[in-house]
Amino acid sequence: MDVLMLSRIQYAATTIFHFFFVPVSIGLAFLIAIMETMYVVKGKEEYKDMAKFWGKLFLINFAIGVVTGILQEFQFGMNWSDYSRFVGDVFGAPLAVEALLAFFLESTFIGLWIFGWDRLSKKVHMICIWLVAIGTVMSAFWILAANSFMQRPVGFTMNNGRAEMNDFLALITNGQLLLEFPHTILAAFLTGAFLIGGVSAYKLLKKQNVSFFKKSFTIAMIVGVVSSIGVALVGHQQAQYLVKTQPMKMAASEALWETSPDPAPWTVAAFIDTKNQKNTGEIQIPYMLSFLSYSKFSGDVKGMKELQAEYEQKYGPGDYIPPVRTTFWSFRFMVAAGSLMILFSMYGVYLAARKKLENRNKWFYRIMLFSISLPFIANTTGWIMTEIGRQPWTVFGLMTTADSVSPSVTSGQVLFSLIVFVGAYAILGGVMVYLFVRTIKKGPYEVKAVEESHDPFDKEGYRHAIS
Amino acid sequence: MLSLNELWFLLIAVLFTGFFFLEGFDFGIGMSTGILAKTDNERRLLINSIGPFWDGNEVWLLTAGGAMFAAFPNWYATLFSGFYTPLVLLLLALIGRGVAFEYRGKVQKESWKKTWDILIFTGSLLPPLLLGVVFSDLIQGLPIDQAMEMKASFFGDIVNVYSVVGGLTMVMLCLVHGLLFATLRVSGDLHDRARKMARNLMVPLAVLVVAFLTLTYFNTNVFEVRGGILAAVIVVMIAALALAAMFSGKKRDGWAFGMTGVVIAATIAFFFIGLFPNVMISSIDTAFNLTITNAASGHYSLKVMTIVALSLLPFVLGYQIWSYFVFHKRVNEKHLEY
Repeated sequence: MDVLMLSRIQYAATTIFHFFFVPVSIGLAFLIAIMETMYVVKGKEEYKDMAKFWGKLFLINFAIGVVTGILQEFQFGMNWSDYSRFVGDVFGAPLAVEALLAFFLESTFIGLWIFGWDRLSKKVHMICIWLVAIGTVMSAFWILAANSFMQRPVGFTMNNGRAEMNDFLALITNGQLLLEFPHTILAAFLTGAFLIGGVSAYKLLKKQNVSFFKKSFTIAMIVGVVSSIGVALVGHQQAQYLVKTQPMKMAASEALWETSPDPAPWTVAAFIDTKNQKNTGEIQIPYMLSFLSYSKFSGDVKGMKELQAEYEQKYGPGDYIPPVRTTFWSFRFMVAAGSLMILFSMYGVYLAARKKLENRNKWFYRIMLFSISLPFIANTTGWIMTEIGRQPWTVFGLMTTADSVSPSVTSGQVLFSLIVFVGAYAILGGVMVYLFVRTIKKGPYEVKAVEESHDPFDKEGYRHAIS
Repeated sequence: MLSLNELWFLLIAVLFTGFFFLEGFDFGIGMSTGILAKTDNERRLLINSIGPFWDGNEVWLLTAGGAMFAAFPNWYATLFSGFYTPLVLLLLALIGRGVAFEYRGKVQKESWKKTWDILIFTGSLLPPLLLGVVFSDLIQGLPIDQAMEMKASFFGDIVNVYSVVGGLTMVMLCLVHGLLFATLRVSGDLHDRARKMARNLMVPLAVLVVAFLTLTYFNTNVFEVRGGILAAVIVVMIAALALAAMFSGKKRDGWAFGMTGVVIAATIAFFFIGLFPNVMISSIDTAFNLTITNAASGHYSLKVMTIVALSLLPFVLGYQIWSYFVFHKRVNEKHLEY
């Protein structure tokens, strides 16, 4: 295989892996901050225990997010040096700001949070986790500002064959960013919510620490319902924005070869024949695509063949159609996973509001346990659609992926790095899952109770005795 | 008055200095878990002595990388693609080490801890070695062509006698620096042994520094270009080294640690002054050198970044210093998180 293909595989593999952990960090930091705030406001020890227990999972996850993030920053230069030369002027700035503004904040205050339980006052300690949470969100903002430039380049001028920044404000008020950022952040909150919700459901199924996990479950489901609906609403805006800014990605995510009739139907599923550029079978819902694209039940959507002809005129000869099947199906997986999460979290909130969390909900708890996978499916497929759907470009309309790769790096080098990184990541993933399961099985009180108290009338000991 | 290009060159030098000063002792502590600690408890004490800090310290490297990308995209692109294989190893080391700190104490099994201990030790040894090699290569010159592409052989261009001596010097410097940091953070027998080992390593460190400087004289042209100011830097370096040895002999641990910090700062200053105004030196033709001008971003970008960086850095420094203040007490066995 050539350097380009190997580099793309490596980039995809390491980035997808990295992005398993990032949303969990963002989501859990936020939820833990809420729990610790409840502890400070209400003064109940149980909320502190919640912050600590979910904090353990957060830290196991955070460590991998941090170390795999270093690789992310390095590999632009390592594997995509021509890309880095071309856009560094614009793209490097948000990355540098991300490090200065967000990485320092989260790394310093996470240290204070871990080691500061006995050394800081309650309030200052709570502020530390909020600063971590804010740090993770700001980190997302800046890296998405960089990514948004790749989707819709703004705030730059071409100079000596390079993109040079000429409007920083335009860069951080990019319409793409103003949608991509809330979509990603809400998805991250949703990820945290479904992780806590799923683990709590498992514990409730096992009838362990019922009060503790009922409270956790309720907080998670409230955050879950708000963010899942929010994600969908922003997603709808994104689709309308996509039609305007990257119509080819839109057409590919709909497997729309020919320009649609007006009003446009939405294709639920299709057999896609990329070779002959047509679909051999489709299931469609009338009017739906018009609604997705324009929020009204009329209007046609341009197909890939027409766009290909337009792009050839504009950018010269070439194949401007992204991998259609991948784009089409990843969009559908994302939407399906997102819709299920809306349903499940609504039902979860309903149960909590009716105080029915204990009775006869075994099937629902089992569903919630398996639903831990849903946000990960949605996050991953969402990014696959966004990045694969932009191909053949790295920066839409300006630079292709083929032109981005490092000319001085050999395929042997990339093969070596691909193997060691994927190997290392696989081991890390395995270890992390092992530690997660172990921590969850131990539950919030076991260690504490054994180490600190054997007296059933002591506070912790009592809790141990009933749990 | 500094031009923006000069200012960013200086800022990147400052970021690397901050990185090696702070993460330098983390690396040293990591290495000392392998060679100083005798028991699991001592290893835990050492790891916890940097527990709240190491992650924040590592961000200095990330920020330096980000600053290179933003201010000198061609430097970032040429260096990171040219040093591909060493950077793969560096990343593996940093990945293993970071996770090891967090995971080591999670399972009370001998084999589990042993595995992470190996990662902590090698993950703390490799980064200063590799970065020392990279910095030495930078001032020695590398095969960079007209298109700013660096096509370097791993053995020869990247790994050679000079760069290896540079790498080993960096390793030894971090180790001594870390041992002296330990004297400030732990107590009892471990503290005494840390001080003793630091003192014993002063001579090998001095030998390495002298060897490195001598080889620099023969392998690079930095003294021809900037002889005067580099001589001053060397005087500071040697004097601080001697003072570090003296203070550690007199059991003035804080002062000794400060002095190895000065040696580190002088070493990074040495590299950057040697480079200036180049950022990478071509061994093919000096016309192909990457400089603070031809590798840089546009004026607008540098201006925006300057405003952002200079307004944020005071806060970053403020809360990082505060975190050291919060955890100024020596670690004890009752408060171990890792």
